[in-house]
Amino acid sequence: MVKYIGKRIIYMFITMFLIATATFFLMQTLPGSPIQSYSKLNDTQKAIVEKKYGIDKPKPVQYAIYMKNLAKGDLGTSFAFKGKSVNDLLASRMKPSFILGIQAMVFGTIVGILLGMIAALKQNTFWDYGSTFFAILGISIPSFVFATLLQYYVGSQWHLLPVGLWNDGWKSSILPSLALAMGPLALSARFIRTEMIEVMGSDYITLAKAKGASGFEIAFKHAFRNALIPLITVLGPVAAGLVTGSLVVEQIFAIPGIGEQFVSSIMVNDFATIMGTTLFFSAFLIVVIFIVDILYGVIDPRIRVAGGKA
Amino acid sequence: MKKDIEQLPQEQFERVHIDSSKAERIEKPSLSFWQDAWLRLRKNKAAIISMVVLVLVVLMALIGPHLNGHDGTTQNLRHANLPPKMPGIEKMGIMDGYGNLSGEKVDLYAMKKVDEYYWFGTDGLGRDLFTRLWEGTQISLLIAFVAAMIDLVIGVIYGGISGYFGGRTDDIMQRVVEILIGIPTLIVVILMLMIMEPGLMAIIIAISITGWIGMSRIVRAQILKFKNQEFVLAARTLGSNDSKIISKHLLPNVLGIIVINTMFTIPNAIFFEAFLSFIGLGLQPPSASLGTLINDGFKVMEFQPYVLLFPALVISILMIAFNLIGDGLRDALDPKMKD
Repeated sequence: MVKYIGKRIIYMFITMFLIATATFFLMQTLPGSPIQSYSKLNDTQKAIVEKKYGIDKPKPVQYAIYMKNLAKGDLGTSFAFKGKSVNDLLASRMKPSFILGIQAMVFGTIVGILLGMIAALKQNTFWDYGSTFFAILGISIPSFVFATLLQYYVGSQWHLLPVGLWNDGWKSSILPSLALAMGPLALSARFIRTEMIEVMGSDYITLAKAKGASGFEIAFKHAFRNALIPLITVLGPVAAGLVTGSLVVEQIFAIPGIGEQFVSSIMVNDFATIMGTTLFFSAFLIVVIFIVDILYGVIDPRIRVAGGKA
Repeated sequence: MKKDIEQLPQEQFERVHIDSSKAERIEKPSLSFWQDAWLRLRKNKAAIISMVVLVLVVLMALIGPHLNGHDGTTQNLRHANLPPKMPGIEKMGIMDGYGNLSGEKVDLYAMKKVDEYYWFGTDGLGRDLFTRLWEGTQISLLIAFVAAMIDLVIGVIYGGISGYFGGRTDDIMQRVVEILIGIPTLIVVILMLMIMEPGLMAIIIAISITGWIGMSRIVRAQILKFKNQEFVLAARTLGSNDSKIISKHLLPNVLGIIVINTMFTIPNAIFFEAFLSFIGLGLQPPSASLGTLINDGFKVMEFQPYVLLFPALVISILMIAFNLIGDGLRDALDPKMKD
């Protein structure tokens, strides 16, 4: 296990290093320059600005400096927001994204699990077809389509909830969270359904029935707990989906989060912010997938043994 | 009891002889793998309906732009912002050319003195949205199919080589994959799009640059499963070379899973294209795809919801259809494999 974790950590660092390097050199080939918006400057002034941001030095030197700062956790200085460090920008944008992500995750998985359980326990009934259809909708309909629909009907037609922005407390987080929750909801509903159906056919469920346990007890105490374990494996894709979703959903609802900032920094060629956010997202996803793999091994002893031998 | 049986007339009974030569006779015609799969798929109503819907959408994408005599790029400012109006349906009170004008319902066609019908309305530049919708669908489908084909070719070749030759080759190839798989798709796609000239090719390349990894892993796992089985050994003993074993013996066995996986790659590509166009990194105007149309619609959603409605509907229908067909194919081709 320790060997496995060690190997995985080394891979994580290699991956991050590659992403950082690739991002850095891709940024250099971008058309346009981060200081093109300072067009009023004459050549001397431009040189001063370039010197200030360190982009007058040769590329390999810039790369070395960037990597050295990165190792210390410093993501550099934003070009668009003058004088602000990317770290500060990310930190100030973290909260809304974080809240939305957590809410979507919690709501999505809980409702998804319930739907999946109902579908499995009432297999081939109206309930089953209904929740399966709902899950297919959730997997198929892109989050931005769902978000625009929510915004149009609930927000601007029925005036039930704020249309956007982040200034109405918890209320303004409901619609974007719902839009983000569709993915996790559908994934977990589908997953729990298949798992539950499989578990319900196993010997220990027959034993529980034979010894006279009630249907409720069987469903929750025996079947559900065993069906839940593999659900952890979908958490990785779910997290990736949340990041993808946050880019558009935050844009649609005008929420000052990391996703919204990423998209707008692309539009203004803010190299440092693009790179910083890219690395942040990558690190987040890589760590989530790592934790999921480890958790899975810790919870399911069969995998732990196999992992230890590998 | 015993007596009752003895009282039964003997002549009503006849001895049955089992003809041992007929014991091995096969009653039903033997079905090939694909016929068998088709029988199972046919029972899946959702998949069949999805196939019909999909065929209809593809047909519309091909002929739709030529149906009503407008073309998708001609701008006609006099005809801008018209609501949908369709002959026939207009009498039912929907799609009748009435739209909101400062809070009142007005026949905008009469007001602007437009005699033509714009079935799905027009956008802010007076372009026909019906034509643009199907042109956009065409582009989205094209991107999705090409990206899926590239994924398929690279994935199958990479996974096939890695699985079949094994050893050092496999080791190196899998280390590369392990690193690539750690990089989030979204990040790669966005970075690639930023450095390339925006357009059709850029999107296709960006989507397929990491898209093949999933396919290669599946193909590799399958090849590993099959390559040590007796029929491969037999083929080798009979003198088949590597390329023949791969193409004639291994690939047909893996084909089912390749088809299933492709069915899930296509909607994924449609989603990514729409997603990229929506955040402004995809196709550039005046070309239309479902993503750019949804983006246009989103901007005027408050006043002209129909601009958003139709492309959103088409993309949702496409995604649902592909997912349901994929599910159906998975159940039909590999009944043992669940989620």
